[in-house]
Amino acid sequence: MATQHSRAAARLMISPSVILLFLWMIVPLGLTLYFSFLNYNLLMPGAHDFIGWKNYYYFVTDPAFTTALINTLVLVLGVLLITTIGGVLLALLLDQPMWGQGIVRILVIAPFFVMPTVSALVWKNMFMNPVNGIFAWIAHAFGFQAFDFLAQAPLFSIILIVAWQWLPFATLILLTALQSLDSEQMEAAEMDGAGPFARFVFITIPHLTRSITVVILIQTIFLLSIFAEIFVTTNGGPGTASTNITFLVYAQSLLQFDVGGGSAGGIIAVIIANIVAIILMRMIGKNLEA
Amino acid sequence: MGKISLRQVTKQFGDVTVIPSLDLEIEDGEFVVFVGPSGCGKSTLLRLIAGLEDVSGGAIEIDGVNATETPPAKRGLAMVFQSYALYPHMSVRKNIAFPLRMAGIDAAEQARRVENAAKVLNLTDYLDRKPGQLSGGQRQRVAIGRAIVREPAAFLFDEPLSNLDAALRVGMRLEITELHHRLKTTMIYVTHDQVEAMTMADKIVVLQAGRIEQVGSPLELYRTPANLFVAGFIGSPRMNFATGAEAARHDAHTIGVRPEHITLSKTEGHWQGTVGVSEHLGSDTFLHVEVAGIGTMTVRADGEVDAHYGDRVFLTPQADKIHRFDAKGIALK
Repeated sequence: MATQHSRAAARLMISPSVILLFLWMIVPLGLTLYFSFLNYNLLMPGAHDFIGWKNYYYFVTDPAFTTALINTLVLVLGVLLITTIGGVLLALLLDQPMWGQGIVRILVIAPFFVMPTVSALVWKNMFMNPVNGIFAWIAHAFGFQAFDFLAQAPLFSIILIVAWQWLPFATLILLTALQSLDSEQMEAAEMDGAGPFARFVFITIPHLTRSITVVILIQTIFLLSIFAEIFVTTNGGPGTASTNITFLVYAQSLLQFDVGGGSAGGIIAVIIANIVAIILMRMIGKNLEA
Repeated sequence: MGKISLRQVTKQFGDVTVIPSLDLEIEDGEFVVFVGPSGCGKSTLLRLIAGLEDVSGGAIEIDGVNATETPPAKRGLAMVFQSYALYPHMSVRKNIAFPLRMAGIDAAEQARRVENAAKVLNLTDYLDRKPGQLSGGQRQRVAIGRAIVREPAAFLFDEPLSNLDAALRVGMRLEITELHHRLKTTMIYVTHDQVEAMTMADKIVVLQAGRIEQVGSPLELYRTPANLFVAGFIGSPRMNFATGAEAARHDAHTIGVRPEHITLSKTEGHWQGTVGVSEHLGSDTFLHVEVAGIGTMTVRADGEVDAHYGDRVFLTPQADKIHRFDAKGIALK
C-alpha cells in the first residue's frame, strides 16, 4: 500500500510526534547554546550581555576542569572494568545448574531496581561510614583502624557504588548470551581436546563479544552522566577529588549561580560524550555487524 | 585401529532408564549404523561411546583398553554433530585446525594437514570463509574435515544429514560412504532413516527403547528380520502384515510380505482386492490395495501398470518370501 498518497498520509500522521520530539531536543540545546555565550549570573539580574567564547575559556581553564575530566574517565573505565569482568564471571557462575537458581538470579538482579540516591545513601551510611558502617565494624573486629572510604578514597568508593548498581545489568545480558551458546559447540570443543580454560577462551568469550559490546556501549552512555551518587555521598569532594564533568556543570550553574558558565560546561559535556561515542564505535562497533 | 566393545552398558537419567543393558562389538574398519525410531536411545548410545555422557554401569573398551573413565578428548574418537557445531567466529581453516591447535601440533604440520583435509573434501576454495558464509553441505564437509584431521580411531556421526535437503542428502551419503572406503576407519553412524542405514552400513544395529533388536548386514536384516519390529522398520515401503485366518494357514500368529514380493494380476490370484491410492514414481508404482479380511496391502508393481482407483485386482505373495512370526512377534524359522 506504499502509494504516493499513503506515504504522504503516513508522514502527516507521524509528524506531530516527530515535531514534538524534535522541539524537545532542539529547544533546550538551543537555549543552552545561547546561554553559553552570555554573561548570565543569577546573582546579577538584568545583565545578560553577549561575551563570546569567554564562558568556554573560563570553564576549560578552571583547574577543576582537568580534574573533572580525568575523574569522569576513571569513573567510567573503572565501572566498565568491574562490571564486564565481574559480569562475565557471575554469569558463568549463575549458568551452572544449582539448587534455588531462580531465587538466586532474582537476588543478583535486585540492585538494579534500587534507585541511585537510595543505594548511595545505603552505601554511605550503612557500609562505608567510619563509625557505624559494616566495613568499619569488620575492620574493628580484626583490630584495624576503620577506613574512611568517602574521605580517603572518594572516587574509588563511588566507583564501587556505581559498579554495584550496574553489575546486575551486565550479568543479566551476559547470562542470556551465555544461555544462547549452542551446547553442541561446547561438546565439539571438548571432543577436540579443549580443556575448560581453552573452551572459555576460544568458544565462550568470542560468543560473548557482541553482548559485551552492548554492555559497554549502553553503560558508557549512562556512566558519563553519573550525578546522584556523587551528590549524595561526597558532594564532589574532598575538594574536587570526586567531581566529574556532570557535577562540575551542576556546581558552576547552581552553586555559583553562573548560568552562562554552566551552559558552556554542558555543551562541552555534550562534545565529550560524542567524542567518546565515536571512539567507542570505532573500537568495538564492528562487533555489532552481523 | 578402532575396535569398540560395549559390555553390559546401561544408562539412566534420574529414574528413567534409557539403555537397560547392552552388549555390542564393533570391529575395526566397520561402518556401523545405529538405526531406530526417535527416542530409542541411539544418540545416547553414541554419546556414551564418545564420552559426552557417563555410563551408569558396564564398560566401554576401545582397542581392548577400558575407556569407561577416559575423558572424551583422550578416547581418540572424532564426532560430527547434527548441528555441525562449527565455531562461528573462526574461519574454515581455523575450524579444521582447532583440534590440532589444542593438541599442540606445530603450525607447519597444522597447515599441511588442513590443506590435505580440504583437498579431500573439496574445501580448498573456502578455507578463509566463515561458517556463516557456507551452504549446509559445505558446513557438513567442514565438520567432517575437523574430524578427519585428528586421524581418529573411529568417527562418530550423529544424524549428520538430517539438516540437509533431499538432493544434498543423497550426495553427502555417497561422499561419506566413499570416504569410508578411502580411509578404512571405523565409523559409527546414527540415523532414524532406514534408507541411509541400508545404503551405507556394513552392519546395522536396530534399536528400540534402548534394546538391540537385531544386528546384521543390511541384506541379512532385509531377508531374515528377527522380529516384527525389524521387519516393519527395514524396507521401504514397509512390509505388509496379516493376522488371523490367513496367518493360521501358515502356522503363524502373524505373517509378513514385502510389497516387492507380491505379484499383481487382473485375472487370478490368491487374494482379491480393490485398488485405492496408487503412487506413480516412474520406475515403480506403489498400489494401496484394500483386501477383504486383511486390510490395506501395499504392492510394488511395474511403473507402467494400468490400475486405477476402484479397480478389482488379484494379489499373489511369492511363497518363499513370506515371513512368519509367533504371538510374541519373534520370527519363526
